[in-house]
Amino acid sequence: MDDNAVKGTYRLKKGLAEMLKGGVIMDVVNAAQAKIAEKAGAVSVMALERVPADIRAQGGVARMADPKKIKEIMNAVSVPVMAKARIGHFAEARILEALEVDYIDESEVLTPADERHIEKHSFNVPFVCGARDLGEALRRIKEGAAMIRTKGEAGTGNVIEAVRHMRRINEEIEALKGLSSRKLNQKAVEMRVSYKLVEETARLGRLPVVNFAAGGIATPADAALMMQLGCDGVFVGSGIFKSKNPEKMAKAIVEAVTHYNEPEILAKISEGLGEAMEGIEIEKLSVKMQERGK
Amino acid sequence: MKIGVLALQGDFREHIRVLEDLGVEAAEVRLPHELDELKGLIIPGGESTAIGMLMQKYGMDRAIKEKFEKGMKIWGTCAGAILIAKEISGEKKDFSLGLMDISVRRNGYGRQLQSFEANLNVKCIGGFKGVFIRAPKIVKCGDNCDVLAEYQGSPVMVHEQNLLATTFHPELTKDAGIHQYFIDMVKDEISIEIS
Repeated sequence: MDDNAVKGTYRLKKGLAEMLKGGVIMDVVNAAQAKIAEKAGAVSVMALERVPADIRAQGGVARMADPKKIKEIMNAVSVPVMAKARIGHFAEARILEALEVDYIDESEVLTPADERHIEKHSFNVPFVCGARDLGEALRRIKEGAAMIRTKGEAGTGNVIEAVRHMRRINEEIEALKGLSSRKLNQKAVEMRVSYKLVEETARLGRLPVVNFAAGGIATPADAALMMQLGCDGVFVGSGIFKSKNPEKMAKAIVEAVTHYNEPEILAKISEGLGEAMEGIEIEKLSVKMQERGK
Repeated sequence: MKIGVLALQGDFREHIRVLEDLGVEAAEVRLPHELDELKGLIIPGGESTAIGMLMQKYGMDRAIKEKFEKGMKIWGTCAGAILIAKEISGEKKDFSLGLMDISVRRNGYGRQLQSFEANLNVKCIGGFKGVFIRAPKIVKCGDNCDVLAEYQGSPVMVHEQNLLATTFHPELTKDAGIHQYFIDMVKDEISIEIS
């Protein structure tokens, strides 16, 4: 009958990210955690072998999760499932695509496999990538990313880097406004992206794809802070299952992202959550994940 | 005339933009009191489990049902269509508003890799680009439903009295035809044909 359907278009890739807006994407390492996350109102889960805090603590090379684990998580929930591939590791990404995960995070949390990123346009599965500034964000979009997130500093429970990255991106977009086409072209050359991408960003006054906060978000207040800074939604990695009461924390962060502009509601949901994950000072880190993949 | 867009989660901003482009006053709605002056409400695409949970939290589900009984028109797109359906095929409908006489199957066409764009023919509107993202499938419609568009033999756009459901995303296209249809519905300028 109506056999005119097309799949894997950029609109469909970007579109799924649009549907995740105003939501929380949670790291999970097994089916039980995935179910807790879904029940708490997560819009998606990230299937992982180890959460970033454990990757940091245990060290060693961090790779794509075992397909068996990813499948187990995909079977446990109805929300979209994301999984991480190493930066530049297009073979891992092809495996994840074959598993039919809904989104791939080409992530600095795993040990990079290349200085170059994956050429993402040739995939049918959409990609999300981290960025610290506008240049990184637009370069990832140029390569085919359909969603951006701040890099922050994963596994630290310390929100300062995510705040820094979000502010920097906002400021750099603000600075594009009112520039002549000659100046915009200069910016495009500096950032090593097309004029068209820079012009579109300047005209929209925001990134041309959805932009989430990630890397260090540990409490409902952290999530609300990132939303107030203009993020479209929030990734929470170690912050949920490294807290004292994951179920409560997950629900509270979900609500905080929806009602980020209502301090009374935020006060209520922040009450009696038990201990948040233990945090680390950025100065004390031996590995800064955010410096991977520029 | 004011139309609200349920802004608990999902792509509510895109709906607001289209409504405003059409010259309609539009508002983001998160809490029950924000429903007060609304003549119409759009429930956007997003994750139905998340929106459903957030709806129950502050009594939005009850408030929406009350306003609906007093004549407020509701249009659900994608997740929104799931939330207004009376039946969710093969599942308990613990987070649904249960208003429209349709049965839907969540992720009815499969996961993201099966998401697709297709050219639809919409009754009263004509050709329309259907953007289906992890879309639900409408597997059954009641007798009072007017099927306005189909894809591969399944309804994808259905009108029943004060309710409209689309399993695709008109807000992700540049075509405002279906938003205009809903606005006309809210103004009571459209009635349905039941065959």
